Amino acid sequence: MRKRSIALNRFGYGLRWRDGARGATDPEAALLAQIDRFDPAPPGLAGRADTSGKAGEILELLRRNRMMRERAPAGAQTGAMMAGERMADTARGPLADLPPDIRRSYMDAGRVLRRDIALKVNTAVVSDTPFIERLVHFWSNHFSVSAAKPGTQHQVGNHEFAAIRPRVLGRFSDLLKAAVLHPAMLLYLDQFQSVGPHSRFQQRARRGAGRERGLNENLAREILELHTLGVEGGYTQGDVTEFARALTGWTIAGIRRIERFADPQPGGAAFVAFAHEPGTRRIMGRSYPQTGPEQALAVLDDLAAHPATARHVATKLARHFAGDAPPTSLVARLEADFLATGGDLASLTRTLVASPEAWTESPAKYRAPFEWLVAVLRLTGVENLDDKRIAGALRELGQVPWRAPSPAGYDDLAASWAGPDALVRRVELAERVARNVPAGDVMARAEAAFPGALSDNTRSWLARAESGTQALGLLLVAPEMMRR
Amino acid sequence: MTHGFDRRSMLTGSLALSAASLALPRMAFARGPGSRNLLFVLLRGAADGLAMLAPVGDPGFAALRERALPDYAAARRANGFFAIHPALDAVGAAYERGEALFVHATATAYRDRSHFDGQNLIETGGTRPYGLKDGWLNRLVALTGEAAGAPPRALAIAPTMPLALRGPAPASSYAPSALPQASGDFMDRVAQLYAADEQLAGLWAQAMETRAMAGASEVKNLRDATAAGELAASLMREEDGARIAMIELGGWDSHANQPGQFTRAARQLDALLGAYAAAMGSAWGQTLVLVATEFGRTARFNGTNGTDHGTAGAAIALGGAVAGRRVVADWPGLGEAALYEGRDLAPTIALESVLAGAVAEHFGLDPKAALARLFPGRTAQPLGGIVHG
Repeated sequence: MRKRSIALNRFGYGLRWRDGARGATDPEAALLAQIDRFDPAPPGLAGRADTSGKAGEILELLRRNRMMRERAPAGAQTGAMMAGERMADTARGPLADLPPDIRRSYMDAGRVLRRDIALKVNTAVVSDTPFIERLVHFWSNHFSVSAAKPGTQHQVGNHEFAAIRPRVLGRFSDLLKAAVLHPAMLLYLDQFQSVGPHSRFQQRARRGAGRERGLNENLAREILELHTLGVEGGYTQGDVTEFARALTGWTIAGIRRIERFADPQPGGAAFVAFAHEPGTRRIMGRSYPQTGPEQALAVLDDLAAHPATARHVATKLARHFAGDAPPTSLVARLEADFLATGGDLASLTRTLVASPEAWTESPAKYRAPFEWLVAVLRLTGVENLDDKRIAGALRELGQVPWRAPSPAGYDDLAASWAGPDALVRRVELAERVARNVPAGDVMARAEAAFPGALSDNTRSWLARAESGTQALGLLLVAPEMMRR
Repeated sequence: MTHGFDRRSMLTGSLALSAASLALPRMAFARGPGSRNLLFVLLRGAADGLAMLAPVGDPGFAALRERALPDYAAARRANGFFAIHPALDAVGAAYERGEALFVHATATAYRDRSHFDGQNLIETGGTRPYGLKDGWLNRLVALTGEAAGAPPRALAIAPTMPLALRGPAPASSYAPSALPQASGDFMDRVAQLYAADEQLAGLWAQAMETRAMAGASEVKNLRDATAAGELAASLMREEDGARIAMIELGGWDSHANQPGQFTRAARQLDALLGAYAAAMGSAWGQTLVLVATEFGRTARFNGTNGTDHGTAGAAIALGGAVAGRRVVADWPGLGEAALYEGRDLAPTIALESVLAGAVAEHFGLDPKAALARLFPGRTAQPLGGIVHG
């Protein structure tokens, strides 16, 4: 692959055809220029309605429904969640049994979610800073949240657009704090209902004034394992529990029972002091005497600066750009940069661009479904596909945003995406897309999309196609399109 | 223990078989999958085991669910004590032929009540949600592959790879796509375009093989259960078909109006299993189907004639390879004191022991090693005697 092709495809989301064949003479400089030009709130996103208060609203509805049915298992809540999940597929069935206000609320949540998915895709499709858009997608997947839990449908879009997007070129510690203390994450990993065992809340519950709740370690564990140190990062179960205690009190706004005690936090979260575990915490050999919400923030700052975190982040970033088994020299260089700058992500990005390992001639990665679809839409000029079609296409391709099967996010490995059936689906979708767009200049488009890197094989099969439409369809699934 | 019901008598009688009494002698060495087939059917949404296999012989059942009794008046009995839900007609018939058994009061290690976490656990085989990143079926593919020298062909009959089959071992997925089929000419040209590319040519060839196995199926989606069952069989019955496959069935989350909803879902399951069994033909004799769900439901009906999320439920083992016509249960009873947290059927058999024991026997693996690999961190013994030796 020639350098211009690598800059377009490996770092970016492929050629946007309306830009034509003009390409930068210095691909490295063009990538670095995107760092300065990146707009965290482009017009499409700036117009998005704020839905940050909606999570509590849904939880309240579910609670009321539960109480109406006398019993108090968590069942009602997750039951409706399952119905909400399926709603996208079947408009009627599963929701039919729910009370009308909850049904309406879920229909509304489903619409917000579909609109946010389309916003995410279309933002990447029209972007003229596609390299930074890729970083947004990378970090969003690093801090993966799933729309499958009640209340999150309104929040997962917020999480990426408001918490992650503006910080991908800032400091890792700020990105970390914003991403893991956002309502979407607090809901997804159960933090919102975690209560300190010696908190006033719990003492009151023990006296019989309310339902007793306990500590939930889910978020603490995943921050250590997935978001910062990594699974081999040297933390113990004791660190997990202590960190979970430090996190108690961090919850979401809009839960009626605690609303009047909740202090609003930046990003839409809330802090309830009387659910916070009192006292000094000891984590990874350090003491945290802070009180209130600052205790968790201080822990997060230290985790962000930990050498294991530098290694973990460097490895994942190198894997995303330089191959499933990333070169150790690149990992080491990124790690050193992270440590030297205290986690300056713009510096990390510059170091990546300057690294020869990221510019290897042969393709480094198999494109995941999301990035393949974005590349197809850019190359064919389909810039405003409607919400339902986008959600449908991503479902058929097997990678719906904010729907990863675990908090680890979607795999960044060819083994997960290079499947036989998945390939046929791309072929089917490609033929359909090609039939619905003007199909002139396919050969010129191919040369422009992969400057200096188009194979003779692809060129000759495009030339032999019996129509422009067929040639365009073939281009969309050519080996050059499947990898970057 | 109410009304003279004695749990011990269940244990010693012919009806219930404890894990120990079922255990087979350990096999000397693994024999690999050979021509044996395994279909894992995951019922998403927590299927109600007490509706599936109703313990009508337990006086507690009538006390908890008197309204449901008429549904089972003419139902097939299993060992006198249980009644098979009438919607499970093909399963019931297989039971009477000795090709199906039920395991009751079984649950995974999960003791909370979130579908989300419960499904993560039954798919990864871990002891806590998100503790493992790959699936137990994927590890089974690797394990049988080690025994046989090459991994068996594994397939998810689903639009995307379910977590249970994700992981480093090779597995494919296939589902009728909602996308319009590409034209034959276009497909031919794609094949030619890929001929020079080793990876894509390989994937393409595999995809075409799977499609050929699926036949000229007119299945538009997997919601037609009969068609889905036939499709599964067409992908598994041939010599070069998939040996290990998984299919999912939703619609079990019956918080309201359960009798109607359960009947609809059970009919779907029954249609799928019946069609699958018929279409497997002679391969049925070498087949094991395991049907399981993430957890059971509350023992009592709630205020909307439904059930909420519970703990223990029922599982089904079905197939020509199954030593059937039995209910395996260490029955905990349904008296107030016997219920888990005062509301659910109490788990007495670890579902992981059932799954690991059954697949180990079926594929000739060492049961203990299989349990340790597929469901690490367990103390229960693998259950034996589910599959004919």
